Amino acid sequence: MLLRHTTEKEIDRKALTINPVKTCQPIGAMYAALGVHRCLPHSHGSQGCCSYHRSMLTRHFKEPILSSTSSFSEGASVFGGSSNLISAIDTIFTVYDPDVIAVHTTCLSETIGDDMAQIISKAKEEEKIPKNKTVIYCNTPSYIGTHITGYSNQLSAFVNFFSISTPKKRNVVNLVAGWMEPSDMREIKRISRIMEARTILFPDMSDVLDTPLNGKFEMYPSGGATIQEITAIGDSKFTIGLGAYSTENACVKLENKCKVRFEIVEIPIGLKATDRFVISLSRHANVPIPDILTEERGRLVDLIADNSKYFYKKRVALFGDPDTLIPLIEFLLTLDMKPVYVVTGTAGNHFNRSMQELLSEKVSEAKYKSGECADMFQLHQWIKQKSVDLLIGNTYGKYIARDENIPFVRFGFPVTDRPGNNYFPHVGYVGASNLVIKILEKILDHKDRTCHESKVEFQM
Amino acid sequence: MRKIAIYGKGGIGKSTTTQNTVAGLAEIGRKIMVVGCDPKADSTRLLLHGLAQRTVLDTLRDEGEDLDLDDVMKVGFKNTSCVESGGPEPGVGCAGRGIITSINLLEQLGAYDDDKQLDYVFYDVLGDVVCGGFAMPIRDGKAEEVYIVCSGEMMAMYAANNICKSIHKFGKVGAVRLGGLICNSRKVDNESKMIEEFAKKLGTQMVHFVPRDNVVQHAEINRRTVIDYMPDHAQADEYRTLASKIDNNTMFVVPTPLSIQELEDLLVSFDIMN
Repeated sequence: MLLRHTTEKEIDRKALTINPVKTCQPIGAMYAALGVHRCLPHSHGSQGCCSYHRSMLTRHFKEPILSSTSSFSEGASVFGGSSNLISAIDTIFTVYDPDVIAVHTTCLSETIGDDMAQIISKAKEEEKIPKNKTVIYCNTPSYIGTHITGYSNQLSAFVNFFSISTPKKRNVVNLVAGWMEPSDMREIKRISRIMEARTILFPDMSDVLDTPLNGKFEMYPSGGATIQEITAIGDSKFTIGLGAYSTENACVKLENKCKVRFEIVEIPIGLKATDRFVISLSRHANVPIPDILTEERGRLVDLIADNSKYFYKKRVALFGDPDTLIPLIEFLLTLDMKPVYVVTGTAGNHFNRSMQELLSEKVSEAKYKSGECADMFQLHQWIKQKSVDLLIGNTYGKYIARDENIPFVRFGFPVTDRPGNNYFPHVGYVGASNLVIKILEKILDHKDRTCHESKVEFQM
Repeated sequence: MRKIAIYGKGGIGKSTTTQNTVAGLAEIGRKIMVVGCDPKADSTRLLLHGLAQRTVLDTLRDEGEDLDLDDVMKVGFKNTSCVESGGPEPGVGCAGRGIITSINLLEQLGAYDDDKQLDYVFYDVLGDVVCGGFAMPIRDGKAEEVYIVCSGEMMAMYAANNICKSIHKFGKVGAVRLGGLICNSRKVDNESKMIEEFAKKLGTQMVHFVPRDNVVQHAEINRRTVIDYMPDHAQADEYRTLASKIDNNTMFVVPTPLSIQELEDLLVSFDIMN
């Protein structure tokens, strides 16, 4: 009983968060920057920040995460980080030779008020930035927002620094990827390809964070959206943002800057969200929906129908990030499951409204909470008050699952204790099928293990 | 060893008053160290006769943490030890953090050790207590006495009241106490009486009323304290008196800061008396 001190009784808390469902802004900025080809994320702060963010990403992706740091010392905190960053830029271009350095700030550099625009322009003046190379920045103080905010800020920075509108318009639809796995991005690209839609996916972590082991170290793997692509998204005819929290700001920025209209859809997790994405892409790219996709959808519907009795009225508790939770909860409702408890550390009205719309009629007893006071402690308390049949969330949920003996599906960031996250997508009809199978296995394994002897069946 | 911090509104004459007082104390044989806690690094100019010295933070930046006390400490008027914290140029970095770093470093280097046989350490702190860093000199274990330099001007009294708020806060848990107000006259009407009344309301005393005299400016231009520049001038005696009052002071309190309304009422009542 690792969490034996969690009580059933809730006490109103205002100033205390226990096991928050969020992490630092720069982790998001770092992750997003890795989705750009030959881009090196740079943490402008003390070394500890950079180490933590890198190790968190490494634990999840099981890949080396390359990122540099301004290595603030006591002196840099007092005199400002200007000289540290300028010599970092010099060293990075000399030694590591990226095409872009994506600088993100930290709590320390934000608090002492380092002016990134001024420092970078000074680096330019001092000719530390070679021709055809770029240094961009975004502000990511961790005492505001969450890792999702950092991801969003980094995407906006890319648009801000690179995207250009030329008179030559292109028949291309931009797909701005919200926080999802590289395998999900690969799947989004596959769907676009079989639909024969001309798209640019940005950012794109596939072939960056899921590279094959071939005995050769590539500092900058083959994947990632290229700078040419991010520049060209300003000439595209439309943008589809996948996930409001992680992509809307970038889409708005692109519309303001380059007059590319946009639509925000959910990350295509589950039947309905995938339908909406596919329809949106079909409409805006002006391509039909191919049979191959309709067949994938049919197989998913068949899988759901075959197993509906195992899903029916199963109570589910979830925690994670709003952009994935919203479509996931919609999908659980499609499966006739009951998402009863939901928490996310990322605040915002969109999440609350979506929960209200999705849950108020179908699951009237549902409890949900967002923002910095929403934590896993309270989620656990709700579970203690009335238990659930399934818990879905990142690895931090394993302690609750163990103490309460609940089947646990790992989903979200970070998943540090089970492999395979990068291999099977959760988006699209195929991804939804993967999810269904994952959920079923957990629920049925649990049933087989814990039910009365007389109920153990060869065929379920 | 008595550790004293001098606070007060920017431009009120903290550095001038501190150095002149230190000169007075040095004259009667006290061993003193002055720590300037202002990024401008001009708190020891009069004692050192304008000798521009390297600040603690400059030295730290250039040479790393492996430095000697002698690198940053210079000997000034009548054997006073002078140190400047220094800090970043205006508009960058964090001056508050600079003061924390610098004071910690001085401790590490043994600037306050018994073998230095100091009678006094004076911290001359910039302006208002705007953030945690500028409160470092009055945190627990650092300065135990605070003197606030003020005048009869509204904003000077307002700043003094604010400083009392932070002494009130730190005094509850630490040893820091207010030793009194030093009125550095701006020739405001009823100035001395008003500051005496203000001090009473704060629960403290006006240690001394330093009259305004041009000789202070002349001495400053010559990079000297008045005691150094014109030892026989009446103003020099004023600073000697202030020094001896501080030397003999026994009234140390946790002040009771005024509300804005009380402060304004005080000003109004003295204005009416005119």
